[in-house]
Amino acid sequence: MIQVENLTYRYPKGDDHAQTYVLDGIDIKIQPGEFVAVVGHNGSGKSTLAKHFNGILLPAGGKVYIDSLDTADRALLFEIRRRVGMVFQNPDNQIVATIVEEDVAFAPENLGVAPEEIRRRVDWALKAVGMYDKRMHAPHLLSGGQKQRVAIAGVLAMTPAYIVLDEPTAMLDPVGRREVLDTVLKLNRQEHMTVILITHFMEEAALADRVLVMQDGRICMQGTPKEVFVQARALKSMGLDVPQTIELMYALKAAGLNVALDTVTAEECAEEIMKLI
Amino acid sequence: MLKDITLGQYYPGNSPVHRMDPRLKILLTVLYATLLFFIKGFLGYGVVFIFTVGVIGLAGIPVPYVVRGLRPLFFVIVFTAAINIFMTPGRTAFRLFDTPIAATHEGIYMAVYMVLRLSFLVVGTSVLTLTSSPVALTDGLERLLGPFKKIGVPAHEIAMMMSIAIRFIPTLMEETQKIIKAQKARGADFESGNIFRRAKALTPILVPLFMGAFRRADELALAMESRCYNGGENRTRLKQMHMTLSDCLSAAIAALVLAAAVTVGYMGIL
Ligand SMILES: Nc1ncnc2c1ncn2[C@@H]1O[C@H](COP(=O)(O)OP(=O)(O)OP(=O)(O)O)[C@@H](O)[C@H]1O
Ligand SMILES: [Mg+2]
Repeated sequence: MIQVENLTYRYPKGDDHAQTYVLDGIDIKIQPGEFVAVVGHNGSGKSTLAKHFNGILLPAGGKVYIDSLDTADRALLFEIRRRVGMVFQNPDNQIVATIVEEDVAFAPENLGVAPEEIRRRVDWALKAVGMYDKRMHAPHLLSGGQKQRVAIAGVLAMTPAYIVLDEPTAMLDPVGRREVLDTVLKLNRQEHMTVILITHFMEEAALADRVLVMQDGRICMQGTPKEVFVQARALKSMGLDVPQTIELMYALKAAGLNVALDTVTAEECAEEIMKLI
Repeated sequence: MLKDITLGQYYPGNSPVHRMDPRLKILLTVLYATLLFFIKGFLGYGVVFIFTVGVIGLAGIPVPYVVRGLRPLFFVIVFTAAINIFMTPGRTAFRLFDTPIAATHEGIYMAVYMVLRLSFLVVGTSVLTLTSSPVALTDGLERLLGPFKKIGVPAHEIAMMMSIAIRFIPTLMEETQKIIKAQKARGADFESGNIFRRAKALTPILVPLFMGAFRRADELALAMESRCYNGGENRTRLKQMHMTLSDCLSAAIAALVLAAAVTVGYMGIL
């Protein structure tokens, strides 16, 4: 379980004292196996929060516990990073090696895992993301979606319990986005990996078990995708989109039709429209 | 022109040369490069020639492919030759258009040597990079430098730097192409004017390129930290290196042939 208790953070700047807190009293509990999406406008503190999950940043106030390990404890740092894999936005900037399988081996090599075990993990991780066939390829010849899947495999090779993905699809084309999202869903559903997905795409957030909405360093809304997205007006006032399915229902409602407003998936949306006909 | 450089490119294969332990290959290349400068007489170079062509053949790489690697260095080679021909003191062979600049017999002799040395140097070292993957090379280097860690040689860091450089060269090339296109679309002109104007026109390419590289470096460091990178301490490797008996034997044979090449020169034949 991940527990965040009254977390505050501000970036050290040195000169002025009146800096604002980038994270301002955050409380979160994430259960094993959960799929949590985090949304919020630019600069709301999502990436800063993500970096607290694996001890890249340490709380200025409050605590972050990973399976009851305190991230502020230096002695636990590598165990925490091993348990919480982190995938970033730009796939190019997180691939270290010149061959796919060497890159996936990077983390277990750092952890001092025995060579035969590294081999096993690399093969397993590459199969889990569907990149086993490309294991001898040079990363720069892969598509964006493929690169990002290699990056995910590189994190999986640590055998983490949690995967935090910070806008992993933001730089990808629709095909790549689909590939990465399918991989993430598969990891959550089949490998029972706990997933924390930071995203700008509400369609992606709609797939999660729970959505957290951040604004100015706070969690201002949370719940199931239905509970969150039905508050379309509040979300829009924060500069956020809602899934197109909900958008459509609002438009129908505005046109005077009597429809439910919490149709998150396309199927629900279609059913609702069928009722009208 | 950049794509002509075979030096540093890998030519995948499964020949005995490819399979040889990279540590031995690096050592042999160093030996080869050093001995080139001790070889006297054309018989010595004849031996080196047969040796080099033999190794390239054994590696299954077409000889013209390797020789193409000399192309980008054509001017350096011609320049070195010219300097040697005209700057070496000695008996005058001919004068350049009746000017005081004279070519000497000794100079011509020296020039031929220099051209041979440079060409063999480039071809020989490209055989190393053509037959070893970048990973094998950097790994081999790291392990060779390992014993020198005690006296403060950062073996792991050097290897890591090299492999990251190799990893990012194609990425940065692609980015450069994009920047050039973007600047051209805004009317930038890189092709006309004298050399200073052209150099100045490069600024709008170099600045974003370096800014981008620094940003990448930042993100890469973050990603490496997140994957538990902690320097070379207690690191294991996916691929272990094995020096086989046949590796050692072939290395010994190669070393002997090179030694013979040097010896013939000192025997005063030719
Ligand atoms: N290294 C840093 N130093 C100083 N301030 C920073 C740093 N990184 C982020 N900030 C500031 O902290 C705030 C939150 O940034 P953060 O990157 O966490 O937001 P975000 O929600 O991830 O935004 P985005 O959607 O653009 O990725 C912003 O105001 C940003 O300017
Ligand atoms: Mg961010």
